[in-house]
Amino acid sequence: MSNTIKIKKGFDIKLKGKADLSIGKAIEATRYAVKPTDFSGLKPKLSVKADDIVKAGTPLFFDKAQPEVKFTSPVSGKVISVNRGERRRILEIEIESDGKFESVDFSKGEINSLDRETVKQTLLDSGLWPLMVQRPFGVIPKVGETPRDIFITGFDSAPLAPDYEFTLKDEKESIQAGIDVVSKLTDGKVYLGLRPGSEFESLKGVEVNYFNGPHPAGNVGIQIHKTAPINKGDVVWTLNIQTLVYIGRLFSTGKLNLERLVAITGSEVKNTGYVKAIAGITIKPLVENNTKKEVKERFISGNVLTGEKVEETGYTGLTQNQVTVIPEGDEIEPFGWISPGFKKFTAGKTFLSKLMPKKEYILNANYHGGERAFVISGQYEKVLPMDILPVFLLKAILVNDIDKMENLGIFEVIEEDMALCEYVCTSKIEVQSILRNGMDTMIKELA
Amino acid sequence: MKGQGIKNFYDKHRPKFEKGGKLHPFQSVFEGFETFLYVPDKTTKKGSHVRDYIDLKRTMIFVVLAVVPTMLFGMYNIGYQHFHAIGEFAQTGFWEVFFYGFLRVLPAIVVSYVVGLGIEFTFAQIKGHEINEGYLVSGILIPLIIPIDTPLWMVAIAVAFSVIIAKEAFGGTGMNIWNPALIARAFLFFAYPAHMSGDSVWIRLGQDADKVVDGFSGATPLGLALTGNIDYNIWDAFWGFIPGSIGETSTFAILLGAAFLIITGIGSWRIMLATVIGALFTGLILNTFAVNPFMEIPFWHHLFLGGFAFGAVFMTTDPVSAAQTTRGKWIYGLLIGVLAIIIRVLNPAYPEGVMLAILLMNTFAPLIDHYVVQGNVRKRLKRAPANV
Repeated sequence: MSNTIKIKKGFDIKLKGKADLSIGKAIEATRYAVKPTDFSGLKPKLSVKADDIVKAGTPLFFDKAQPEVKFTSPVSGKVISVNRGERRRILEIEIESDGKFESVDFSKGEINSLDRETVKQTLLDSGLWPLMVQRPFGVIPKVGETPRDIFITGFDSAPLAPDYEFTLKDEKESIQAGIDVVSKLTDGKVYLGLRPGSEFESLKGVEVNYFNGPHPAGNVGIQIHKTAPINKGDVVWTLNIQTLVYIGRLFSTGKLNLERLVAITGSEVKNTGYVKAIAGITIKPLVENNTKKEVKERFISGNVLTGEKVEETGYTGLTQNQVTVIPEGDEIEPFGWISPGFKKFTAGKTFLSKLMPKKEYILNANYHGGERAFVISGQYEKVLPMDILPVFLLKAILVNDIDKMENLGIFEVIEEDMALCEYVCTSKIEVQSILRNGMDTMIKELA
Repeated sequence: MKGQGIKNFYDKHRPKFEKGGKLHPFQSVFEGFETFLYVPDKTTKKGSHVRDYIDLKRTMIFVVLAVVPTMLFGMYNIGYQHFHAIGEFAQTGFWEVFFYGFLRVLPAIVVSYVVGLGIEFTFAQIKGHEINEGYLVSGILIPLIIPIDTPLWMVAIAVAFSVIIAKEAFGGTGMNIWNPALIARAFLFFAYPAHMSGDSVWIRLGQDADKVVDGFSGATPLGLALTGNIDYNIWDAFWGFIPGSIGETSTFAILLGAAFLIITGIGSWRIMLATVIGALFTGLILNTFAVNPFMEIPFWHHLFLGGFAFGAVFMTTDPVSAAQTTRGKWIYGLLIGVLAIIIRVLNPAYPEGVMLAILLMNTFAPLIDHYVVQGNVRKRLKRAPANV
């Protein structure tokens, strides 16, 4: 039972620096970190202090709103510091690895015989629970909730994203185990979204749908919208296939093992490719001596649309399996608005780069213009393959009209789904943060 | 680095224009010129790290580029009509004809930009936001949709009215309900009707008024048609060798602009096409039930006469005052086409209906969008289980 869904709307940003399908050496760094800032709406409360000895799976902090939700260390070693930002907000908990990669022992056993409560407890204790995302609003799954369905996306269509068909080709058993585990969490279905012709089509216990077409076809939000959309009152949980691997490993070995292949990508990387590293690793060993250093560089944990800007000494996010390095672009461009633009990649049609659709381009982090009011219409619709009127939704958020937000589909989107709208916007409107504000308003309203 | 010199110059003088500086009242002007000279070095802090190279400045400049063929032809046609009226066309050179028009159109363009941008700069300064590029387009459109004999002080008043009342009062570019250029035209039309219609305003005679040849009328084909006098050559109307507002006469030049807008994706082809379909449809109906010579003119002639082509290409497609949903754009365009021809042919008071049709539909565009949005909402509600 599967079907192929053709996504017509959307857009692939043709960036230079796709990860070469070669695997570099496994990288063991001494420093790892967990960043509470990766989780929206999280109020962290520490359970460790500096110099505590931890194993992989030892809780570092928990969610004040749901104390059962623990965030655990990815490696064994010593807590070296808790870094705080403005108003003592916790930014990251740094851990120095002891190089042994020991894990706390979690119960393992015959997955089929486990009941829902045991599965939940193990996920909560191991710290894998918050790697799942609850929709609407993209929050950490509520412990007391039973989701209508669970959606897994089996591919990432974002610019320069890692190819899971390649990185997870030897992980099929873990993926199957992961599916068996998460299917305990819902009374509904478990859906898996794949590219046609995927290696993973033989997986059991899931309803597979195939998605053809440009980004954001790989976003789970688009896949939900095309298969079983979220209506008011519905709650679904989502995860990507990499998280499923961690869950599968946890239940079959009893160990927390966040090792995965990270794609090192971007125009400023000398040798792109994949390296094996544990989630939460510092970026430095991944990119050291491997960037061109010709211009000022921006390091991103994740992709260029939704990733997080980090320093070269910063850390990768737990759910991000990609590092992108692009030019910062903090320089002026005389008469930029009238240049013919052979080298300027665009989603529109006003630059001559359009004549060379096959080429890959270097994009920097410059705004390329000033922020304006909404002027151009029809632009966002072209890159959002959903039956949603994005500008009207954003305007409803800006005027804080709760009813309109509901009616116009705020339950169905999170930031990543509308990131392309932000990319194409002529008026340089901060679409993702407006949407986040709207979702935060809704969370408060519905609480 | 390329252009660093200009940036250094600006960086050096910036403090004078910032709050507390001696020249602070001119900050908006300073920044306006700065961003004109170079795209700033501002980089993303949140959200998507990469942004498209397109910005509003480029978008607006591209519309201005699309208008250029029309403007140049309009200048030539002013000379063409002038020398024909005095019977000296045959012995006048091309450039002399062109420059005759050029010298008469240029002041109107200058007045339009100086007054309009002056007001925009002032508002930007008072409100403390960046200069918006919207007026770059309105500023060139306004001089092209008025008769050549419009006094410059009238242009200035119309521009001021349009920018202050129709745009800034609503919050500036992106917030206005009506197309600012058409508001300027409508203002002139109702405030100074004698200068905006009739037989004597379309052709600049100047000091040569006494040299007019026998049989010269000076009326536009539509003005004549309204009196039951069908007297035009459709090819002249297509190429543009007819009297009319400065930029509206040449359908050919307008089509060049339309092609440019559609290829670059800046103008909505849906609206343009829908407007044309609406006009052709109405023309056909009128042909079918024709009771006078004006109703009998072949339905497709309407596309080449009066301001129809100019309105359909440059006015209906203003993204701010048009409908913003895809389905809404079709409805909006169709109704403009229908109304423009109805007003043109059936209303004895106005020989041209395009301006009023577009302004009327500008007014209703939010309503059209409202129903399209409601349609989307209903679809979503229907999908939800009934008990929720």
